[in-house]
Amino acid sequence: MSKKILFIEDEFSLQKTLSQMLQTNGYTVISSLEGKGGVNLAKREKPDLIILDLILPKMNGFEVLEELKKDEETKDIPVIVLTNLEDNQSIEKVLSYNVLHYFVKSNFTPHEIVEKINAFFK
Amino acid sequence: MISFLSELDIKKKCKSYGVPLRQCPDFLFLVLGIIIIILIIASYFIAIKKIEDIRVALLTVLGFSALLVIINFIIIRSVERIVQASRSQLEFINVISHQLKAPITNISFILDAFFSKKMELTEQDKNEYLKMLKENNERMRELVKNILTVAKLEAGLLNIKKEFVSLDEIVDQKINDFKLFAQALNVKIEKDFDKSLPKIYVDSFWVKEVIGNLLDNAIKYSRGNVFIKLKCQKGKVFFEIEDDGKGIPKEEQKFIFQRFFRVKNGSTHALSGSGLGLYLSKKLVELMGGKIGFISKYNKGSKFWFFLPISS
Repeated sequence: MSKKILFIEDEFSLQKTLSQMLQTNGYTVISSLEGKGGVNLAKREKPDLIILDLILPKMNGFEVLEELKKDEETKDIPVIVLTNLEDNQSIEKVLSYNVLHYFVKSNFTPHEIVEKINAFFK
Repeated sequence: MISFLSELDIKKKCKSYGVPLRQCPDFLFLVLGIIIIILIIASYFIAIKKIEDIRVALLTVLGFSALLVIINFIIIRSVERIVQASRSQLEFINVISHQLKAPITNISFILDAFFSKKMELTEQDKNEYLKMLKENNERMRELVKNILTVAKLEAGLLNIKKEFVSLDEIVDQKINDFKLFAQALNVKIEKDFDKSLPKIYVDSFWVKEVIGNLLDNAIKYSRGNVFIKLKCQKGKVFFEIEDDGKGIPKEEQKFIFQRFFRVKNGSTHALSGSGLGLYLSKKLVELMGGKIGFISKYNKGSKFWFFLPISS
């Protein structure tokens, strides 16, 4: 069975490109364009991995992490944070939630991100 | 040693802060030092000569203390102002770079996917990718244009060429420009213009910019209806634009014309703006001799208005 990835990101272009690339690589992708809906999807769908942006409408990425880690059912789902925030404060705060990776969007191509995900599931 | 001496060149240092001498902390500290020395010497002489009249001594000391408090206060305020200016400059650069990074990242993601050999894109996919490229490019162009206008405006270099123009013609033209955008978001634009409005004396280029910003916001934040009204009242031409959106929460209303401010309850489309539109609009309207404002009710919508002068 193919692995299920939840992608929480408000930029439509990133949603479209990365999702399509993940699908080409055999993953099932579910998407949310805002934080609150993302948390609900995580609880309902129990994905194998979550890719999370930090600046999001309705609920930001830090709050999403807080919600996910509070819930027994979602607290063990691995999270990759994919953002353009690269200040130390944000990085430290995110790392305190024990996430899998912290990727700065502009330093990676979608190919490289997919490769990291492939490596994780191997 | 040399660096220590150059620290003493107060005039040069104050000039580099960009504040007048009377607000420069270094200069004020020097003044404070001199006053303290004079005060100590004066109080010594007063103490040995006028010791019998304790009231005079007391009043003198009180007077000098008050002076010191005032100077101290001015110094602290000046330091604050310098810190604030540099902080807001830094914040400006931070926000701008972050805002530019978003479309740049989008474009590079799209290109990477577009040229990927592994992905089998259909004609429809390809068209959509090109459309996304165009949108992101447009976003960058808009942002850079706004940054340049802000920079010119703040340096006092903005060119304003006033002439007599009809506001109703400009508004009609702008509504036409936004027709497709409004349709895409399912928003209906209605209008009600007073007949035979007098011409206004403004720079039509910048008026278009202001109307464009207000129209863009109204469409993005509305729930389907935008209403534009033009009227003449007390020798001024008023423009009003009303939306039926979520409104601006009361506690956020005072920040609305600040640069990069955005209401927290904005929808996804609304979040893609540059955060400079209302800030620029206010500055531009004021520069042309008018005024801008708004009324907003939570969950009912917002009404933005401005007026511009009829005569020179």
